[in-house]
Amino acid sequence: MSRFEYAPAPESRSIVKLQPSYGLFINGEFTDGAGSFKTISPASEEVLAEVAEASSADVDRAVQAARRAYEDVWGPMPGRERAKYLFRIARIIAERSRELAVLESLNNGKPIKESRDVDVPLSAAHFFYYAGWADKLPYAGFGADPRPLGVAGQVIPWNFPLLMLAWKIAPALAAGNTVVLKPAETTPLSALLFAEICQQAELPPGVVNIVTGAGETGAALVNHPDVDKVAFTGSTEVGRIIARAVAGTKKKVTLELGGKAANIVFDDAAIDQAVEGIVNGIFFNQGHVCCAGSRLLVQESVADQLLESLKRRMATLRVGDPLDKNTDIGAINSAEQLSRIKALAEIGASEGAERWSPACELPERGFWFAPTIFTGVSQAHRIAREEIFGPVLSVLTFRTPAEAVEKANNTPYGLSAGIWSEKGSRILAIADQLRAGVVWANTFNKFDPTSPFGGYKESGYGREGGRHGLEAYLAQ
Amino acid sequence: MTATISPLSEVTRSDAALRTFLHGLPGVDRVGADARAAGLGTRSIKTTAKAWAIDLAIRMVDLTTLEGADTPGKVRALCAKARRPDPADPSCPPVAAICVYPSMVPTAAEALRGSGIHLASVATAFPSGQAPLKVKLDDTRAAVAAGADEIDMVISRGAFLAGRYLEVFEEITAIKEACGKAHLKVILETGELVTYDNVRRASWLAMLAGGDFIKTSTGKVSPAATLPVTLIMLEAVRDFLDTTGRKVGVKPAGGIRTTKDAIKYLVMVNEIAGDGWLDPDWFRFGASTLLNDLLMQRTKLATGHYSGPDYFTLD
Repeated sequence: MSRFEYAPAPESRSIVKLQPSYGLFINGEFTDGAGSFKTISPASEEVLAEVAEASSADVDRAVQAARRAYEDVWGPMPGRERAKYLFRIARIIAERSRELAVLESLNNGKPIKESRDVDVPLSAAHFFYYAGWADKLPYAGFGADPRPLGVAGQVIPWNFPLLMLAWKIAPALAAGNTVVLKPAETTPLSALLFAEICQQAELPPGVVNIVTGAGETGAALVNHPDVDKVAFTGSTEVGRIIARAVAGTKKKVTLELGGKAANIVFDDAAIDQAVEGIVNGIFFNQGHVCCAGSRLLVQESVADQLLESLKRRMATLRVGDPLDKNTDIGAINSAEQLSRIKALAEIGASEGAERWSPACELPERGFWFAPTIFTGVSQAHRIAREEIFGPVLSVLTFRTPAEAVEKANNTPYGLSAGIWSEKGSRILAIADQLRAGVVWANTFNKFDPTSPFGGYKESGYGREGGRHGLEAYLAQ
Repeated sequence: MTATISPLSEVTRSDAALRTFLHGLPGVDRVGADARAAGLGTRSIKTTAKAWAIDLAIRMVDLTTLEGADTPGKVRALCAKARRPDPADPSCPPVAAICVYPSMVPTAAEALRGSGIHLASVATAFPSGQAPLKVKLDDTRAAVAAGADEIDMVISRGAFLAGRYLEVFEEITAIKEACGKAHLKVILETGELVTYDNVRRASWLAMLAGGDFIKTSTGKVSPAATLPVTLIMLEAVRDFLDTTGRKVGVKPAGGIRTTKDAIKYLVMVNEIAGDGWLDPDWFRFGASTLLNDLLMQRTKLATGHYSGPDYFTLD
């Protein structure tokens, strides 16, 4: 224990006014759903609210509302008018950023410093960015008069509830589509607060509809015959089901799925900054990041030194109350995810990899997993192949650049990769050979609305963000 | 104690060997280092932690006056303040040291006698360091003879930037010898070294040459101390201890004016070098106005309200 004990510094919850129950947001109003379910704080298992569960009839109402709004209001509206609404939404997100950050941390379990400094500002930035495109679509490179697709059915994951909503809704609306969005079952609250923001922005009814629920609600949305476009972010397993469901229909589809990114550290890397990048790559958001750097490939000649530095750094990570401003690692989002992480970690140990975690005290209630690294991992180990989606890093070594590339690409996924080297020519040469949608050099997990994001191979298809992100919502 | 440490004694045998060693240290990525320092700056230090940090910061202050306008009277007043920073509150700890020009050392030595407060003198043609070695050595010996037990020297930035590392090394070694028992703080003047790679190399060079402390700045060049530069230096002393077994202190100086800033530095010490450096023997603040803000925040924490700046002495 350090002599410098940081006293608790909790962000106040009082800025968020939780309602006892939330309805579905359809046609600009909150309405009852067929059923309901409880949503909790994963850090304490406290029930936060009762949330409506949308049946297929509810989904149908939402799609109909979106269709009407598309036909009557949003589709015909000039881009410069649509832009005004998007700018307004962006401003309101920025104005209500603290409220959104606290709510996000409460419902998701992520540290307030991440929701405050990353999720919410990036969400606002996404709306600002696509607001700028709304009246410039003929110049986006998709034909002289690109048209919207119609009604988009969007299903998003629980790891970045508000940010993934922004990634989906902002380009769809900028291009002139209307949307029905289903947030993840475990993290519906920030999407429902976003619904309030749509009301506050006086967005025409039906342009954005939010239907809460679990897998069945999502399936009802994806399979609805009047949906023109399906956008999904989540597991590769569910992505396959969706791809099958839309095959042979008129629906366009984009999928952003799993990953098992290689973070490659060469012997000439700036070691201290590489350690930060490794920590950020795998422990950011408890490792619940599809592009997480979950495989560390380190050149053998610096492996011992790097691992020693990494362990020393991991010992300073503060795991605990997500609302404490000094927390680095928050709660695992759900009991289900925690058991999956635990199971894969057990497999890692039983397959012979060496497991290490810093000494850290985990809270009694809630879902927690200490930051963990496995050394002595080989390509054949399951923890080197399967997406764990938790704070678990598999460490492998390599001797030559060619071996690094071979190992990095030897995965069914291809979402992201990282390269650490002080030699610019090497970075460019390696980046050229990596089969990953995003390659970061001397940084990791950096996001910007102007930059496209998406995967190779089983990490999905289509791009989100940047000019490229418009393509998914336009007919040429 | 010998100036060079056995595991690395080979590297200072020639200019070429020293250059190879210093240029073989891992590089520093500026963007990443800045981001890390900024990230640590968002730590929220409240209540009991804040009170503890403020008292520690007061105990780490090298209360400094390095002005042409310094007078014996001003130095005596500063020494009185060093002993009892807050005359209204006897529980307030004294500062670590007084830091003055060599000409003021006799006055300060007299005023600090028996207090246990260290007396630091800048030397070696401070702040430029642009003088022959013989002058620098005489400057150092005179300050020590007059009663200074800590010497803050400046390195020859010209020689360092020109790549004459062995010359800088030998100069520091000679001054260390002239210091005798006095502790040697080596000022790198990071504002003139500019790159973080240079800061790391100069830190190692100063430590190899026997410096007891590495210090960022004279306070006469802008930028003076910054969080990222101090971060690089804290990494250097941490790694030097791991490699050689010898512990070296760090002193950021210049531009640290508020309690909030001071606490950011302490958080960085804690999380980069480790809590072994959270001690006035291993970490100092070179500052003059910082002390009053620390006192003001200390009173605020204890009483719940702010008193005006007029309630604290100017020097």
